Amino acid sequence: MTKQVRKTKLKNAVLGALLSSVVLAPLSAQATEELNALVWCDHTDPALIEPFEKKFDVKVNLKEYEGTGAALTIVEQSQPGDWDVFVIDGVDVPRAIDADLLAPLPADALPMDDIFPALRMEANHVRDGKTYAVSEKFGYNTISFNKAKVDPADMEDMTVLWSDKYKGKIAVYDYYLPVMGMVAVGLGKKTSDLSGADLPEIKDTLFKIKDNAKLVGEVVASQTALATGEVDILVGGGEWVTAGLSADNPDLDWILPKQGGMRWSQSIGVFKDSKRQELATEFVKYILSPEGQAKLATSSCYWAMPANSKAETQLTDQQKTALRWSDQESYIANSQLYPAPDAKLDAEMQDVWTEFLQH
Amino acid sequence: MAAATKRKRIDLGPWAFVAPALLWTAAFFVAPFIVMVVVSLWERVGTDLVASWTFANYLKFFERGHFFQAMVNSLEVTAIVTVTSIVLAYPFAWIIAEKVPARWQRLALVLAILPFWTSYVVRSYSWLLVLANNGIINQALLGIGVVDEPLDLANSRTATVIGFVHFFVMLLTLTIYANLVQLSPNYRKAAADLGAGPLRTFWHVVLPLTLPGIMVGAFLTFVLCIGDYITPQVLGGNNELLMPQVIMLQIGRRADFPTASALAILLMIVVTIAYLGFARWIRLERA
Repeated sequence: MTKQVRKTKLKNAVLGALLSSVVLAPLSAQATEELNALVWCDHTDPALIEPFEKKFDVKVNLKEYEGTGAALTIVEQSQPGDWDVFVIDGVDVPRAIDADLLAPLPADALPMDDIFPALRMEANHVRDGKTYAVSEKFGYNTISFNKAKVDPADMEDMTVLWSDKYKGKIAVYDYYLPVMGMVAVGLGKKTSDLSGADLPEIKDTLFKIKDNAKLVGEVVASQTALATGEVDILVGGGEWVTAGLSADNPDLDWILPKQGGMRWSQSIGVFKDSKRQELATEFVKYILSPEGQAKLATSSCYWAMPANSKAETQLTDQQKTALRWSDQESYIANSQLYPAPDAKLDAEMQDVWTEFLQH
Repeated sequence: MAAATKRKRIDLGPWAFVAPALLWTAAFFVAPFIVMVVVSLWERVGTDLVASWTFANYLKFFERGHFFQAMVNSLEVTAIVTVTSIVLAYPFAWIIAEKVPARWQRLALVLAILPFWTSYVVRSYSWLLVLANNGIINQALLGIGVVDEPLDLANSRTATVIGFVHFFVMLLTLTIYANLVQLSPNYRKAAADLGAGPLRTFWHVVLPLTLPGIMVGAFLTFVLCIGDYITPQVLGGNNELLMPQVIMLQIGRRADFPTASALAILLMIVVTIAYLGFARWIRLERA
């Protein structure tokens, strides 16, 4: 290389560096940190996310999913460190801990004492003295209905779903765990004791429900079907379907039948491989704060009870009535947690669900 | 030596032209296909993929009724959509080619494909609203007293077929129109000279000569329809599953890529068989 060529190259490099500094400097000044969260759709409400984004000057990228299986599939297809925050069904937290996905949380910095006792779920969230997730929201998968179209007294008995009284007027929420758990409860089984031997009876009952059903849809489709009058009953519904819609249509209601219903809970944690552990932990703190809890409870995608009892101060009376704040004690007593199958039973349950969809 | 070098340069020339296409095909079809075949012979055990080299995933298709039924459903829906689309598209294409003045034909074609310009997903959801109990069709039927109760149109196979047909009629109109405008008027004049009426001329002359256009469109309809996930998922209401939905269930909910790969390959085999069936007609165009 001649001296002249070296000189020219050096000059170009300096010019390039200067140009880069001029062009890119304003960009880097504008850039904000990003946080990637794998969530249920209720976290995508801007009213919930924007206050956090503004406070920490961060862009929160939200990827929504339905069902833990779908979430774990997304994680498997991602690179370690792609995700920072994980919102996951409470019963599935042990699966995430077993898979070494979650980082321990600073429990002393979180409002653990304000969480409703039934939602603390230490058996699921705590391993070897370390807290890996905290409950953030809970509700029920049971029966939502339009009381102007169906007799509310009929809804007190779950077996009406597999009689043909409301044939063609029923929609089913497309999530196998709560609906199969609900059917199990309706058949007098305990969701915590479910085994492969219970599946034939559950399958037969599911098929009877399918014969009466007009559609099987995910969160938005099933909500829309009930809201637009396409169906009058939603199997697997609950306050998460009707609470947000009740202001516009007071006829939409929900009930825990005499057999009981399913209680779901979401938990929030931080991915072990997150490169932004501190910021992710701040996000968890924000979501669990009374302000974050109230916004999460009344999220535009679906409403449900906040796990933090102090959120009461942030909710209006109308919101608390829609959430049935004062009835929670009896509801919790009359509900069971989602089934938490091992990998083998989970696969068998999904096979039954696919057969149900195909039936 | 010089001659040999020259010959070598001449031989490399054509390869240079086809190399980009070959590389593209190798990178985006052959390589992924080989990966899919390999993965289809693995197994999902718990949360792990195990290279067990087994045909178990293929056997599942025949052993599990809901998998096999999905293929039957896909073939039934695709057949109904293809035939219905042809029956609707042919007169449409014929009107544009024969009855619309030449200067307006381009505009007529643009209008025919206008719905292509909107998002496929949005169009599917729009059909859901149109076909709903309180949608425009049921409200119109109730309004004029044809029915007393809304018809169950949304969330059904009927809805899926309507959504598909709306899309594929446009596609078939284009392929049939392209064939019709190429027909020389002399064919019809010759048929008339020989005493054939319009119906006989159409049946014995025009229709056979436009068969290649119909079959090309029918094959494209078959391939696109049997592999489509959006329309049955949005409009079918999960009242029955088609093959793409079953494949997506394996991936989206179970991360069972081996089973999904095996099912996808079986679907490809069906499409290949369909191609072999259609190829006889498609070749007519080249004859």
